Amino acid sequence: MDKIISAEKLSFYYSDYSDDEAAENENSRVQVFDRLDLEIEKGSFTVILGHNGCGKSTLAKHMNAILLPCGGKMYSAGIDTSETDRLFDIRKHIGMVFQNPDNQIVASVVEEDVAFALENMGVPQDEMRERVDSALKAVGMYEYREHSPSQLSGGQKQRVAIAGIIAMMPDCIVLDEPTAMLDPSGRREVMKTIRRLNKEKGITIVLITHYMDEAAQADRVVVMDKGRIILDDIPQEVFSNVEMLRKVGLDVPQATQLMYMMNKDGFKDADVHIIDAEKCADYLYELLK
Amino acid sequence: MLKDITIGQYFPGNSVIHRLDARFKIAITAIYIIMVFSAKSFISLGAAFLFFVIAFLLSGISVKLIIKSMKPIIPVIIFTSVLNIFFIDGVTVFELFGIRISDEGLLTSGYMIIRLVSLICGSSLLTYTTSPIILTDAIEQMLKPLSKLRFPAHELAMMMTIALRFIPTLIEETDKIMSAQKARGAELDSGSFTDRAKALIPILIPLFVSSFRRAEELALAMECRCYNGGEGRTKLKTLVSGGKDYAALSLSLLFLALIMIIDLGRVVL
Ligand SMILES: Nc1ncnc2c1ncn2[C@@H]1O[C@H](COP(=O)(O)OP(=O)(O)OP(=O)(O)O)[C@@H](O)[C@H]1O
Ligand SMILES: [Mg+2]
Repeated sequence: MDKIISAEKLSFYYSDYSDDEAAENENSRVQVFDRLDLEIEKGSFTVILGHNGCGKSTLAKHMNAILLPCGGKMYSAGIDTSETDRLFDIRKHIGMVFQNPDNQIVASVVEEDVAFALENMGVPQDEMRERVDSALKAVGMYEYREHSPSQLSGGQKQRVAIAGIIAMMPDCIVLDEPTAMLDPSGRREVMKTIRRLNKEKGITIVLITHYMDEAAQADRVVVMDKGRIILDDIPQEVFSNVEMLRKVGLDVPQATQLMYMMNKDGFKDADVHIIDAEKCADYLYELLK
Repeated sequence: MLKDITIGQYFPGNSVIHRLDARFKIAITAIYIIMVFSAKSFISLGAAFLFFVIAFLLSGISVKLIIKSMKPIIPVIIFTSVLNIFFIDGVTVFELFGIRISDEGLLTSGYMIIRLVSLICGSSLLTYTTSPIILTDAIEQMLKPLSKLRFPAHELAMMMTIALRFIPTLIEETDKIMSAQKARGAELDSGSFTDRAKALIPILIPLFVSSFRRAEELALAMECRCYNGGEGRTKLKTLVSGGKDYAALSLSLLFLALIMIIDLGRVVL
């Protein structure tokens, strides 16, 4: 399968000082990655997990050339991100959604905000109208097109922010904890939207999250710790490593947790590969029968 | 308390005034301001006010709103008129304990009050009937010729857009911080003036800090959406002008001419 994003021996550090001499000084550096390799397949839905400060956001920012590698290569949509003159090509293909919806919305009318990227790209007016409308429909916010963002709920605002990215018609959307500031119903709305974009429009999704139930919905889960990838598999396999995940400060979905504890308590057929509540309930039902 | 601010508020509607091209509305408002300040007699001032009344009646905006818009400038009006009444020389009409009021003083402050009131009425009518976004667009387009002289027309418009977008967010945040500080025992509504001013510091500092963080994130989000300054940008909506806009502009010019003729006539006579 085609790769939409690939990191090859990616190294990166933040330096406290902007001048080069100090940057050479190893002590003033915060090393985040050391020769990291990662490939994301076109059309996939990948979740990145990891404890606070392990470098998830830093990795996401490499994907659309907000940050450039200090060593190694980053290819996004087939373009080397260090080719600075193709910056806008990369950003058109790889969209990015951030945590706080309030700080991503530029205009005070929903449709004007969704049009922002297209206005920047110089898209002609007729086409812009069409793309704005279809992006708003894709996230289910079409009826709100003339509202002010300040009248919307958190989940709705985040969907508007996603629409603003979809309007660019990207191949891939990177979402950095898009549900972290939302209430449960807002989270469900946003997750439903993300899954639909992946299934129906074939947009590649890279989702960074702290919620295990969200990770359980992905095709693939990548677990990071201190800038390295320690697990990379389908969710069932990843979450079966309960102890390892605990050690790096992560939880597992509640269903897996229950299976794990039962397994330890002597129910040898309790399968830690169960990650959703429904399968877990089936198992319990069988057991109690 | 903070939610009562009405500056730049817009009241949607579908009147002729609402539907005028915003660029023309701005130009007409400017002409109206020239009328008000060039009028030198009560008759010509009356003519300028008549122009406002026509626009006001067509707009369907309620009288209450216009009166409300006057509130913030009442202190300014009182201050300037008091200064004028007492400090302008002329034939004394009233004297008490050495304080003199002259006819000139009364007249000047009368003019001043009428001018200020007309000015505020007119400009409020503009913001009441034009959506801020369209207003920003119109300003950008009107200033565009100046960008050849390196005037940052697009940047200015972008700044206005973002400011408008963040006003409700920041008001909400200020309210939240105020509640949080009150919950910690801050007394914001009592004490002397200096006490209350001091009590504002723990509100302003978190507000500034969070605004900087917001600004940084917003800049990042804008970059992710290919923002690259004003060059080569297109627009979702463009402003269109038609017959009614030219008609309105002509009417305002007609009034301006009328006012000048009235005043000139009085001088000649
Ligand atoms: N601008 C910066 N300057 C210096 N160090 C930074 C900067 N941004 C992040 N870091 C450091 O780099 C490391 C990785 O940060 P990053 O934000 O990528 O973590 P994260 O996995 O996204 O964490 P979280 O789950 O809290 O969002 C952290 O140790 C952090 O302190
Ligand atoms: Mg992060």
